Amino acid sequence: MGLFIAQVLTGLANAGALFMVASGLSLIFGVTRIVNFAHGSFYMLGAYIGYTLMQVLPGAVGFWGAILLAGLAVGVLGVLVEVLVLRPVYRAPELFQLVATFGVILVIQDLALLIWGPEDLLGPRAPGLRGVVRIMGEPIPKYDIALLVITPFVALGLWYLITKTRVGVLVRAATQDREMVGALGVNQAWLFTGVFALGTALAGLGGALQLPKGGADLMMDFNILTAVFVVVVIGGMGSLPGAYLAAVIISVLNVFGVTYLPQSTLVLMFVVMVLVLMIRPYGLFGREEVAGEHGQVGEPERPFKPAGLQVRLLVGAGVATLAAMPLYASTFSQVLATDILIFCLFAASLHFMLGLGGLVSFGHAAFFGGGAYVAALMVTHADSPMELAFILAPIGAGLAALIIGWVCLRLTGVYFAMLTLAFAQLIWSLVFQWGDVTGGDDGLVGIWPAEWLKETTVFFYFALTLSVGGIIALRHVAHSPFGYALRAARDSARQAEATGINTKRVQLLAFGLAGTMAGLAGGLFVFSKGSVFPNELEIARSFDALIVVFLGGVKTLAGGVAGGAFFKGVEDILVRFEYWRLALGLLIIVVVILAPDGIVGSLRKAAERVGLLKRGEDTT
Amino acid sequence: MLELNAINSFYGKAHVLNDLSFAAERGQVVALLGRNGAGKTTTMKSIMQLVRPKTGTVTFQGHNITGLASHKVAKMGLGYVPEERRIFTDLTVLENLEVGRQPPREGTVTWTQDMLFDLFPNLAERRDNRGKALSGGEQQMLTIARTLMGNPSFVLLDEPSEGIAPVIVEQMVRVIQQLKADGLTVLLSEQNLHFARAVADTTVIIESGSQKFTGTLDELNAHPEIRDAYLSV
Repeated sequence: MGLFIAQVLTGLANAGALFMVASGLSLIFGVTRIVNFAHGSFYMLGAYIGYTLMQVLPGAVGFWGAILLAGLAVGVLGVLVEVLVLRPVYRAPELFQLVATFGVILVIQDLALLIWGPEDLLGPRAPGLRGVVRIMGEPIPKYDIALLVITPFVALGLWYLITKTRVGVLVRAATQDREMVGALGVNQAWLFTGVFALGTALAGLGGALQLPKGGADLMMDFNILTAVFVVVVIGGMGSLPGAYLAAVIISVLNVFGVTYLPQSTLVLMFVVMVLVLMIRPYGLFGREEVAGEHGQVGEPERPFKPAGLQVRLLVGAGVATLAAMPLYASTFSQVLATDILIFCLFAASLHFMLGLGGLVSFGHAAFFGGGAYVAALMVTHADSPMELAFILAPIGAGLAALIIGWVCLRLTGVYFAMLTLAFAQLIWSLVFQWGDVTGGDDGLVGIWPAEWLKETTVFFYFALTLSVGGIIALRHVAHSPFGYALRAARDSARQAEATGINTKRVQLLAFGLAGTMAGLAGGLFVFSKGSVFPNELEIARSFDALIVVFLGGVKTLAGGVAGGAFFKGVEDILVRFEYWRLALGLLIIVVVILAPDGIVGSLRKAAERVGLLKRGEDTT
Repeated sequence: MLELNAINSFYGKAHVLNDLSFAAERGQVVALLGRNGAGKTTTMKSIMQLVRPKTGTVTFQGHNITGLASHKVAKMGLGYVPEERRIFTDLTVLENLEVGRQPPREGTVTWTQDMLFDLFPNLAERRDNRGKALSGGEQQMLTIARTLMGNPSFVLLDEPSEGIAPVIVEQMVRVIQQLKADGLTVLLSEQNLHFARAVADTTVIIESGSQKFTGTLDELNAHPEIRDAYLSV
């Protein structure tokens, strides 16, 4: 009994930071409709800044003062990011803003590395709260008790602000219809900045508060991000009580998990999330998202047209140039080209469901890495020949996509995106923690292609054929009746239903096809590298694909491919520098602000301007 | 007080308003009439700058407000009551009013919650109810009350009689007459003359975004063929 209570108390203490970060994310999303991926980064900054301040400020006043100041400082940085990065892109497509926040993550990662160095920092203990108290014989750190007491006060303060003050009324009104709030004389820009400041300050506060327990390190941003998404989704987007309850549930479960099922701690969180969403699709306290809300009316989508003769010739010439590579390029270039081709196929598969289907998945790496792992597991455990393992990669990924898609498609919009992320993380944690089978962090190695594919040049042709073939197949489907049905479901689900299209089925098939193609890319990947590690399943990999699709241009069919080639090319150059994240992050932010139509979209607009293309014509 | 000078508005490529020009004098009620889809709502939004006219100017109290942010337009004393009402359904009646609240303005009535509850007694009983619990008529009253909380000198009323019960329409007529007596200027859009007849001084008739008639109610009554051609009966 004593242990039980002690664990509940520890869980409640751990819930504090999680709640603060999650409520900040939730607030920001509610008003600005931006899923702030960089939220974990502000949490990390809070920890680092708090650490530095604690070094300078003495005693108990210094300690608690440092925590408050860290929160304030992070809020100020949040304002900076909002004004410099987000303000220029509020009018851009909603999803483009995600990419901007991802750029912010990269920049903050490298800045933290630059300022505080690569070593993990051990958080100072709170003055006067060292040691433990015994509750029913079990030791509980005094600082945990302090956290236990502080969190409800922060929660109450926040609740008061949101429900009882004019600012709170405006925030809630803007969450529902920000255009109307503007028409009533409220300056939205001010409201957005204010909410962003508050949300990031909460994240910073959370980061500083957990210092004595967890310290500060460079992995904090992604580590908390997943948990925060899970909390927000379980609690219901935009609900403070929901965020609190969910943070408590997750934290308490986690403490018990560590004690009784140490291999499953990561998986547990996602299982709870999936269970909750099965019963309450919009979270414990969430409300259904209303489609076609006010204040977010974009340009109508351009219709896609099949490629004209010119474009076909151009693409043909491009492929021919690639095919002739072994004649003029080094082996190293061929390996790089293989990498790029594989990545293009992966990106094109995401673009297929994102651009055509309007299905924004945050977890597409599940199928890329999934395909790679299916093949690798077959080779490792079943001694299967490469050919069989390779064919099973897309099939396995496709089946997984059908199952995951079936669950995720019960939801729409941001909930759908979060759920795909959760599933991807579920698969990642399975692979990561089930070391006996998957090799865990050490990955699976020695996964080489069959004898006839061993040559770099031969494998290059193999990858070229399958990648280009896969991309052409996706394009072909886009122009088939199925592709039209998919776009109809994207643009107006209700009208599509009314004309007899089973939109959910069409979307599920698209999800499955996208997963299959990602699996094919994964299969190619694992045999080109000879190994696979869990990071192919990570959030970062999913984000890579998302960035590529947005950089390339969501609204053009060539977007995924162009973005893939550009991204891999740039990455290959940038990773040679020490602070490549900083450079890449800044590059992403600049592209997002300057070329919100993506590479292909911007090129086309430029071409229209000089008269090379007729307006409104899409031959990409 | 308000002047539209040859404004042209577009939705993407669709040309919705075509060289629209008219003016409203202080203390007048101007009825903007036209069938469904004629461009009445777009005219309202073009005044509020929720839709930015591509060419032409909107002048309010001598200031050119074309291209201004909507919240600045509202701050100058233009109150907007949208056709779809757009009340905040998750907020209570009192909270909805709070969103609309602006500091007192010189030369206009400074509205308080109690004054509005006198004007709309139904709302008083429902002050703590959430917006979504209100009937259509109550929602319409709340939309007007919310806009009045900004102490406007000019109110844009987009089809206030649409979809509400005749009894409440009667009440709306009385409200508008009282607002007019208080010195408020009103631009009112309607599909037919029933409502406008009771309150309007002058009328502007539009069809497919083009102006077909401008004149007083008496002048319109002298030309029944115009009424028959452009308005629903």
